[in-house]
Amino acid sequence: MMSSQEIIKVGMADLNTAVYPDILTTLGLGSCVGIALYDPVARIGGLAHIMLPDSTQIKNNSNKAKFADTATIILVEEMIKLGAVKERIVAKLAGGAQMFAFNNANELMRIGQRNVAAAHSILEKLGIKVIASDTGENYGRTIELYTEDGRLVIKTIGHGIKEI
Amino acid sequence: MVDIDKLNHLHLDILKEIGNIGAGNATTALSKLINKKVDMKVPKVNILEFKNLADILGGPENPVVGVLFDVSGEIEGMMMFVLEQRSAHTLVNILMERDIHHISEFSEMDISALNEIGNILASSYLSSLSALTRLMIVPSIPHLAFDMAGAILSVPAIEFGKVGDRVLLIETEFAEGIDRVVGYFILIPDIKSFKKILSSLGVSV
Repeated sequence: MMSSQEIIKVGMADLNTAVYPDILTTLGLGSCVGIALYDPVARIGGLAHIMLPDSTQIKNNSNKAKFADTATIILVEEMIKLGAVKERIVAKLAGGAQMFAFNNANELMRIGQRNVAAAHSILEKLGIKVIASDTGENYGRTIELYTEDGRLVIKTIGHGIKEI
Repeated sequence: MVDIDKLNHLHLDILKEIGNIGAGNATTALSKLINKKVDMKVPKVNILEFKNLADILGGPENPVVGVLFDVSGEIEGMMMFVLEQRSAHTLVNILMERDIHHISEFSEMDISALNEIGNILASSYLSSLSALTRLMIVPSIPHLAFDMAGAILSVPAIEFGKVGDRVLLIETEFAEGIDRVVGYFILIPDIKSFKKILSSLGVSV
């Protein structure tokens, strides 16, 4: 039954979609945020690995997958093309860590936090509910989104494995 | 503004030479510190898309110790000293005169030692670069993280993400033969700093 299950990798500043029984994964999330979307009825998933909060603040914004706002919009569109229904889509978030403990918490160092806030804000605008999240702290995360049931498995070094 | 994609072979060769001189000094410092011979590979100038970035350090999930420095002054950017987890253990074991193969969680003392090693090596890297270019370069205090390579590299990557879709880094791998301490020096100059570095050496961009 699992024989044709594929693991689809999503790189940094990248996004992709998958249908049951495939798995979406992104490795080594640091200050970036993984936005995992899921339609539980159609069993369609989408995953974006965003680096920056806001495409409108950056001149060079041709890579839409790089930003929380544009990546989420595209991801929803791609999922709808595959048969997902927007009203059914729910979201889970992971990442947005502060990898290095800088004393002078300048703008760069708070980028993780800002990425998480931007993800929440665009999802709210789109009417998509964030049902679980594992964000912040100071460690990296590898995440896997299972289209089987929408579970998001989070793996870390030294901070265990969890499922949200 | 310098466009990364428009750098020619001459520019890249110069950046490579900077890696050579900087890492050469740093490996000499490391060699003195541990009283062992340390070899250095030919530096690479990598221009990478974000999605391929973490492959340089053995894959995005490879556990590494990264010591990060903010670089300011006339050249801005970041400098990183990265060790594979195993190598970091071996290196502190050599320094602390413990059994080389001893592996336990990093103690506070180990972390402090790694910070200081990073500090010494980054300083020697950057001071040779400063002498070469006659530009003032000031590293911050060291910031250490022990985590997945991808997560650690996300920090400089995000800086680059603000101005483009690629990262330029000057990577030099070094190795201490017998005990296999493998690590990397990574200099990630801010986009604006390329022009300064190149023109300080008499090359127009």
